[in-house]
Amino acid sequence: MKLTLKIWRQASPEAKGNMVTYPLDGVDGDMSFLEMMDILNEELVNKGEEPVEFDHDCREGICGSCNMMINGQPHGPQKLTTTCQLHMRKFNDGDTITIEPWRAAAFPVIKDLIVDRTSFDRIQQAGAYVSVNTSGNTQDANSIPIEKAKADEAFHSATCIGCGACVAACKNASAMLFTSAKVSQYALLPQGEIEATDRVQNMVRQMDIEGFGNCTNTGACMIECPKGIKLENIARMNSEYLKANV
Amino acid sequence: MSALVKSSIARKWIMALSGLFLVIFLTQHFVINITSVIAPDTFNELSHFMGYNPIVQFIAQPILIAGLIIHFIMGIALEIKNNKARPIKYSKYSGNANSTWVSRNMIITGLVVLAFLGLHMYDFWAHEIAYKFIYAEPEAATRYYAETVHKFEPFWRTVIYVIANVLLAMHLWHGFNSSFQSVGAKAVNKGNGLRKFTYAWSILIPAGFIFIALYHHFNQIH
Repeated sequence: MKLTLKIWRQASPEAKGNMVTYPLDGVDGDMSFLEMMDILNEELVNKGEEPVEFDHDCREGICGSCNMMINGQPHGPQKLTTTCQLHMRKFNDGDTITIEPWRAAAFPVIKDLIVDRTSFDRIQQAGAYVSVNTSGNTQDANSIPIEKAKADEAFHSATCIGCGACVAACKNASAMLFTSAKVSQYALLPQGEIEATDRVQNMVRQMDIEGFGNCTNTGACMIECPKGIKLENIARMNSEYLKANV
Repeated sequence: MSALVKSSIARKWIMALSGLFLVIFLTQHFVINITSVIAPDTFNELSHFMGYNPIVQFIAQPILIAGLIIHFIMGIALEIKNNKARPIKYSKYSGNANSTWVSRNMIITGLVVLAFLGLHMYDFWAHEIAYKFIYAEPEAATRYYAETVHKFEPFWRTVIYVIANVLLAMHLWHGFNSSFQSVGAKAVNKGNGLRKFTYAWSILIPAGFIFIALYHHFNQIH
């Protein structure tokens, strides 16, 4: 498979970036997208050029690192898939593929396709936890009865890998799907009730401080989320926020 | 309190509640307007009541204008904030793959409707204010039907009303449904009756306004 890759190159956070075109031959349909990038980088290194920097870690769709805007869609055209799980068979011989980093003021580019997503960490640090006494007398969490449907929904919200595709897809670069998933995974469980007020207030405050945009309910985040995190989480966060402030 | 109002979620609530308020107003507006087609005398009576009832004039009308201004200002403020959240745009962005054009362009449909409101206010509201408070004309309870029908005589104005209501329908298609999501109603995401109702309402009410404009226009031609 012969491809033309248009990739964002930016040497440093301060440098001015631009799109650079690379022809690439010998791409196999069974390769993952990241393996295709590895081949490109091998070619660049062999030519003495700087390889394209991109984040990756587990390469099995759970770490949330391999973030690329591929042809205008976060993680590419296949739904419920991270870039590492996307295979080149989804593309055709002769295709031109545009690859860009996540674009958001709260996700500044570090280099090429790597962005700084520590704003997500700070939102989590602001309240996405439950305070548990770990002195040795900790109650077993399973001893608290929880309705199966709620436990399932909390678990589903907790499957958010924090990749940032929601922000990347949103026309407003809003982080409400991410934040609401983290609010929901605790709000739905009795263990999370005690700190519910502070949690939603602090997390929303931090989300706003980080400079993310505001949600306008386009639903793009849910469609592009590789874990299928639902929009209901945003509605839940909105009602939790009202409860916390009234 | 000021921190609360500045929060992104509080702004969503304000946007949604002001929008829902305007939806209620539109419903009432349509109910009165449709009487101009089916019962002109009733239209005159209702218009006279709306024009001279002190509660409508000095309480409901200022609240309506305030609601409209809040919705407009908040919409612009959100648009500015959201633009700042992505200072460098994508060179390729496939918005249609994950969202509707209407949901992404509420500012465009909203501004067109706002511009139309300028004409609409000039046509009817400014005329009423001048009639009552500048020229201090006497009350005439039967003048409304003829005045309204006359407004739709020019083809250009009828076309503008039709186009504006198409844009209004697009704005409502996303906005009405979305406002329930903003105020925390999870049910609206489940494809249930509430969602279907908002979609149906968003089409039927503007379609009704278009019908009224066309009805009065073509009735005068023939």
